[in-house]
Amino acid sequence: MSQTGSDIGFAQRVKALACTAPLHDLDSRKAQVQSADFAVYQMSELALNAIDLVTLAMDFDAGAPPERILADLAAFAARQMPGRDDAEHSRVARWVLENLLNVGSADRGFRAVYGMTTSDGSYSRYAFDFKLIEEVSGADGGIFLRATNEAVNVLVGALEIDIESAQIAADLRLETLIKRGRLSDAQAAAQAARYRTIQYGEKLRQRLEATERDVRTVDWLHEMPQFIAEAIEHIEARYKAENAILVNITQVRDTADIPTRKLQAAQLVEVVRDCLRRHEQLQAALQGAGRRFRAQQDRQTFAPGSVAASLDLHAQLLVPALALTVMQADDVLAAYFGRGAGVSVPPALRLTDLFLALVTPPAERELLGGEIEEPDLDETEEEPAFPPECYELLDDLLDLDVEAPRRLSGLLAEARSLHPELARLVVVRVVALAAQEINPAMRHGAPSVFIAVDDGTPLHDPEYGGADLIVARAAIEPASVDSYQEAEAA
Amino acid sequence: MTTTVQVTADAARLIAYGLRPKLVPARDDVYRSLVLRARTDDEFIAAVQAVASGLDLVVLEISERSGIVVGSVEDSVFAVKMTDYARRTGGEGKAAERVLHALAHLGAATLAFPRPADLANETYLGRISVDGVDAFVREAASRLAERAAESDSGDTAVDQPGLESAWHAYTRRARTGSTGDGRALTSSTTGIVGKALTFLADQGLLVRTGTDRRGTFRTTPRYRVQVREAGVVMFDELLRLGITEISDGSATIAVGWTAESLTEL
Repeated sequence: MSQTGSDIGFAQRVKALACTAPLHDLDSRKAQVQSADFAVYQMSELALNAIDLVTLAMDFDAGAPPERILADLAAFAARQMPGRDDAEHSRVARWVLENLLNVGSADRGFRAVYGMTTSDGSYSRYAFDFKLIEEVSGADGGIFLRATNEAVNVLVGALEIDIESAQIAADLRLETLIKRGRLSDAQAAAQAARYRTIQYGEKLRQRLEATERDVRTVDWLHEMPQFIAEAIEHIEARYKAENAILVNITQVRDTADIPTRKLQAAQLVEVVRDCLRRHEQLQAALQGAGRRFRAQQDRQTFAPGSVAASLDLHAQLLVPALALTVMQADDVLAAYFGRGAGVSVPPALRLTDLFLALVTPPAERELLGGEIEEPDLDETEEEPAFPPECYELLDDLLDLDVEAPRRLSGLLAEARSLHPELARLVVVRVVALAAQEINPAMRHGAPSVFIAVDDGTPLHDPEYGGADLIVARAAIEPASVDSYQEAEAA
Repeated sequence: MTTTVQVTADAARLIAYGLRPKLVPARDDVYRSLVLRARTDDEFIAAVQAVASGLDLVVLEISERSGIVVGSVEDSVFAVKMTDYARRTGGEGKAAERVLHALAHLGAATLAFPRPADLANETYLGRISVDGVDAFVREAASRLAERAAESDSGDTAVDQPGLESAWHAYTRRARTGSTGDGRALTSSTTGIVGKALTFLADQGLLVRTGTDRRGTFRTTPRYRVQVREAGVVMFDELLRLGITEISDGSATIAVGWTAESLTEL
């Protein structure tokens, strides 16, 4: 018997059944929990609640923070058993979440075995590995929860469906249900539509992340433009549909006369509003997708590379290795690991060294450490930059009459006649004088202060350039007390 | 006669420097002078090669930038053994575990040198992170998973676990996980990748640059040499299995853009 389409369909149904097994398993195992009495809780319902919570909290960028899910789930547990204390409720929540993650197994996933009749008529068993909730790392290093496709499929009760066609069906269903006034069904359908939207967002997010890592792993020539076009079309249709639905149910809400019906309608309005918000988010991400791709392409593809070609690690090694069976890959990858991991140097030990190391008593350390020796510091005197006689000559030269300021050029000429290095010292001193302040000199009680003033005359000198400053000794006259106070106040 | 002994001693000293991968010639005068000598002295370089082959080592490169890079041949006493590297990886049934660890190393190299030209470029510095490497390998694996799902050949027969595909082994392993006491789950794929990158950093092949995304690293020139050598050896192994992908040195998935496709976005 050949493998027909119905066999594949059969396998899919078996897998769909398998996805629900961990939920039933919770109820069958709850009685075995020794530390507490969990038997009174409806565990599979809590598990469905958990998957619901995680799916709804999944945003375009982040997953659901586990603490929040645990808190919300504990609230559901509390609703089931209001008599028990809060600590038990949160223990129940944790137990359910850990079992959905399957903490304890190496893969943190589930495995179901199913059988199929192969093309040669024999019956063989296959393993189907799946996860319901997985832990992913967030941008800040924390751990987030994400519901897997399998989990979302368990939730909406269909397996391996094309997002787009499922969405159209959900829309039609939703509209019909509202028209017929079956609000509770409509609410379920609206929630299903929301899950589909989340799946779209999730798929786009994965593609964009992959692009950021390596533009070549995502087919941006055919697949991505098509996907983006599909997704935008989806948003457009959803937007129309949801707005129509919103108008419809708002009407129902406002005209409803039974309280429960009013409440249902109000909840439905909330769900649809949330859908609209998510669509806006998805649309913004879609619009940015092209820009993000181009930025990554610029960064990766158009970065200049050398012409000398060598191995293409991605296409020639990684992808073929991943496609191998574990047995073959083991040999091939061992060759890579052996060469790529570098060398390890085994310790070569002499017995005498070992013996010495073992018999040497540990060096005792004093509590305060060794004595600190005073460092011997050499005192070096700073040598003056100019010969000492220059300073004497300078003092004579600058001992100016208060009434007779001199020009720099004149001072320089005289300095040159006195000492060969004096001219330079004069320039240094005069330039320093130009910046002298009167207040400190006054405070020190100096009778006079040197000032150098630039009146715009250029200096004509073989060595120095600039302004021919007027150098003067200005006498400091003690001001009258009144005027001093005035100056202070000013 | 004495001179021959002296040359051999110097050659062995240079090899010894190569066994300390964190030392670079720029920081050690003796090392630098030996590297310079290896570039000019034919007799000396012959001695270096001879000493290396006697120790079951291969001289991969001698350069001023990275010093002497040696690799171990199979069964060398200097080879890093998988069973020493990661616990519980020995034995028949642990092939999948070994494959995961080795994939982490290969994935790190691939993300560090994504284009063939990067591997050929001496001055190229790759930057990788633990999360990045995991996501990269996972992405490549899930592409194969999608292809397998189309032909509905993804699942493995129960009685022949060795025939499970490598991508399947990788994708079914949890990405990350909490352990209750706040530590990361070491058996998750990010745990395995984290171990690989930390190990490579200890080997002087990567340099840790930060703790973002569970640890970020940059490559060293030595790593490029090592990856190239390991890649060639692995390529030969794949060739033996008859699996070859011929590359012309350009990127593997060509991105062709027309004015229309730009406006479509």
